[in-house]
Amino acid sequence: MKVGLFIPCFVDAVYPEVGIATLQLLERLGVEVEYPLNQTCCGQPMANEGDQKDSAGAEANFVENFKGYEYIVGPSGSCVAHVRHFMDAIPYTPEAANVRKRTYELVEFITDILKITEFPWAEFNHPLTIHNSCSAIRSLNIAKPSEVMGKHFDKTADLLTKVKGIELVPIDRYDECCGFGGTFCVTDEAVSASMGQDKNADIERHGAKYVVSTDMSCLMHMQGIARRNKTDLQFLHVAQILNNGPFVSDENSIKA
Amino acid sequence: MCAKKIHPEERAAEFLYKDNIHEPLHDMHLWASRMKRDEQAANIPEWEEFRDLASEIKRHTLTNLDHYLEQFEKNATAKGAIVHWARDAEEHNKTVYEILKSHQVTDVIKSKSMLQEECNMAPYLEERGIVLTESDLGERIQQLDHEAPSHIVVPAVHKTKEDIAALFAKAIGTDPNNSDPHYLSESMRQHARPIFMKAQAGMTGANFAVAETGSFVVCTNEGNADIGAAVPPLHIASIGIEKLVPTLDDLSIFIRMLSRSALGSKITQYTSHFTGPRSGGELHIILTDNGRSKRLGMPDFWESLKCIKCGACMNTCPVYRRGSGMAYNYTYSGPIGIILDPSVDEERFSELPYHSSLCGSCSQVCPVKIDIAEQIRKWRRVMAAHNRLPLTRRLAFKVGGYVLANPKLFRMGEAGAYEGLKLMPDFMIYNKLLNAWGRHREMPPFAKETFRDWYLKNKKQ
Amino acid sequence: MNSEAREQILNSIRNNKPENVPYSPLRDFSSSGVEGNILELFKKHLKEAFANWHEVNTMDEAISLIHQLHPDAKVICSATPEITGNRPIHAADDPHSLEDVDVGVIRAKFGVAENGAVWLTQEDLIVNALGFLSQHLIILLDPDKIVGNMHSAYKKVELEKHNYGCFMMGPSATADINAVHIDGAQGARSLNVFFIKQMTIV
Repeated sequence: MKVGLFIPCFVDAVYPEVGIATLQLLERLGVEVEYPLNQTCCGQPMANEGDQKDSAGAEANFVENFKGYEYIVGPSGSCVAHVRHFMDAIPYTPEAANVRKRTYELVEFITDILKITEFPWAEFNHPLTIHNSCSAIRSLNIAKPSEVMGKHFDKTADLLTKVKGIELVPIDRYDECCGFGGTFCVTDEAVSASMGQDKNADIERHGAKYVVSTDMSCLMHMQGIARRNKTDLQFLHVAQILNNGPFVSDENSIKA
Repeated sequence: MCAKKIHPEERAAEFLYKDNIHEPLHDMHLWASRMKRDEQAANIPEWEEFRDLASEIKRHTLTNLDHYLEQFEKNATAKGAIVHWARDAEEHNKTVYEILKSHQVTDVIKSKSMLQEECNMAPYLEERGIVLTESDLGERIQQLDHEAPSHIVVPAVHKTKEDIAALFAKAIGTDPNNSDPHYLSESMRQHARPIFMKAQAGMTGANFAVAETGSFVVCTNEGNADIGAAVPPLHIASIGIEKLVPTLDDLSIFIRMLSRSALGSKITQYTSHFTGPRSGGELHIILTDNGRSKRLGMPDFWESLKCIKCGACMNTCPVYRRGSGMAYNYTYSGPIGIILDPSVDEERFSELPYHSSLCGSCSQVCPVKIDIAEQIRKWRRVMAAHNRLPLTRRLAFKVGGYVLANPKLFRMGEAGAYEGLKLMPDFMIYNKLLNAWGRHREMPPFAKETFRDWYLKNKKQ
Repeated sequence: MNSEAREQILNSIRNNKPENVPYSPLRDFSSSGVEGNILELFKKHLKEAFANWHEVNTMDEAISLIHQLHPDAKVICSATPEITGNRPIHAADDPHSLEDVDVGVIRAKFGVAENGAVWLTQEDLIVNALGFLSQHLIILLDPDKIVGNMHSAYKKVELEKHNYGCFMMGPSATADINAVHIDGAQGARSLNVFFIKQMTIV
């Protein structure tokens, strides 16, 4: 099985280790992975603002890069949700339709397509909480939103509990938005920061030392707040745990 | 209405930074309502089915609204109600005033009505010499403070008991040092009773209007609407045309969902049904349009008319809980406000659709399944297409869109960001004016080597 | 009344309304949320709604209990002939005359187990204001006249016969100040249900 690897723009620039973990994990799981070199961005930042005109170029480039793959897999719930549900600044041609419906977030790809449940090479021994992003929960059905009635499910938890040593820590408001929200994080900065601070406080109050998510965009915002408040909370993508690394090394990133 | 543009993010920040008492309490109280709602909904196995049914009943009613309004009018009139029609706020207020004048009314006691609020009825009547008193405790608090209600169900939820104690001391002479809610509530009860007894008319809104019987329903916890209807001889009810439901069977679904969604209680303490006037009384109903029929014709936004004004979307909204309803500056706040208000004044409320992190929780708690989050996105498209975004943002997205569409430019942009951040002094990066990200956050740890760089080095054959 | 406005509104709706969404009558939901003994369920929810219940065998017992619950009550006004208070009430009375009623006594047509509410109509209240100006309420209820939920309740309300009808659940309440629950916001400060079958008056 061959997949096109979709690495969101901010993962490429800020969290390349997440891309590396995703690629290595997929290969370990028996998938042939190709990374189209001319990909840029799925268009979500402009599209979220309502700016169809200015997201069309990025969206077209996405389709151009990923047409022809049986599956497209990306380590980002919000980007994948955008591709599947909201990428309509470009015409809904058969080619675009095909790319859109074949694009998967990593957890859902492993659970629903690969149907793999064992990760014998992985081990993680620190108390950990899952941050399921709003896109993951409400757009991609990766876990049940708490406000919807019915039997609870959580695909991310299902995978992580297969890792040796895992201790999942529940928090009070497990699916309240972290406050990133795309450009919201700067246009509505006071509210966004308050939401992130509350989220981090909830996590710390329950004793988790690590936060794992399908979405580095959320974690980027929560990490920024944690570093400003000088707390020790650490932030990882699901791929890094399931792949047993890589974990970020300080000399590869700059501290601004 | 074409007054200045509202900036909800500024008003929200004001509320957040007031002190560290108001926002945490506000957030705590409304989250508690959301939790109680979850608990109640979990006890009804058919909850999600009810949401579908409630949505379909409303969609059916709205797509046949002329028929149901005519049926309602016929049945209400047959029972002795006098039915008026008002095209807009001005006509609504004028009709109310004429009814009051013809009955020599000078004092009115009213219960909660978002429609009356929307029509700006109070100042209209007060200018004409009518003394109007709010009877719902939360509304009365806001009235005494010359402020609009902040939440449609709990209008003064953004105030602490100390705020209310100070307000009551000034307005009704209570002890400023006693902020015990029992004392304050009892004081208001004693103060309000004589006003109820003196009033020559009682005004209410309506939560639902049943076409089959010509009845309307008013749901309260205090019973204030009932006192207002039972004591003065004249009862005027302002009813938005979207309040119709076809039958009592249909009504049962909504009544079971309304208070569970709003406050997490099974029903309100009082669920009152008015079919024609009470014995010895006179009943006037004002069916009011005020933009509703126009909204019916908006393909992307007409389903907002399904709203039963439960406030569940406000309780769940993380942005609302932190910035309060005062940030929206209109009758309807929170997620439902974001999708209604721009249809009233697109320019004035052009920023509202951005006062959301698009988390989507609102769509999931809505008992009538309004696709609120979807409509927020659609309004953003309207605002962008009509050039209502601020110039800086428009330019930023033009540039962003251009760079992100072009692989070479994108790579250059990434490298530039990394190098640029390395060179830029901290005081510039973290400058409050220049960098909103940096006010409460450290910068993201941009990597020396991008994923693409690593891939080319390690994997590309 | 104002036929020009009426026509314009109706026409605006006709011009704007989206395509018809069909309507199916609801299936039977009479057992939704109704589990176990209906009377016990009613009692449980009544208490949760900040009201109380008492099992009463005779009207003498009822009157005695009223005095026990409200020893300082000066004006007791009963809308049901089964109990005689010290203030008579007639349909033509001015509602203002009930301002000083301490205890109002009313027989409810039926109760709803789902929430502990009782259904009171204008005919039960005789004067609607009795239910809202009284400082305290005593509600007589036949324990066999309790339905499971609101779906069943709405099949029994007979609104064509009653210009006013209210599902009353417990006393008047508010939580508008600091989310603290208060009994007796504007209407009744307390509500007690007496389970007793209707007596025929000779």
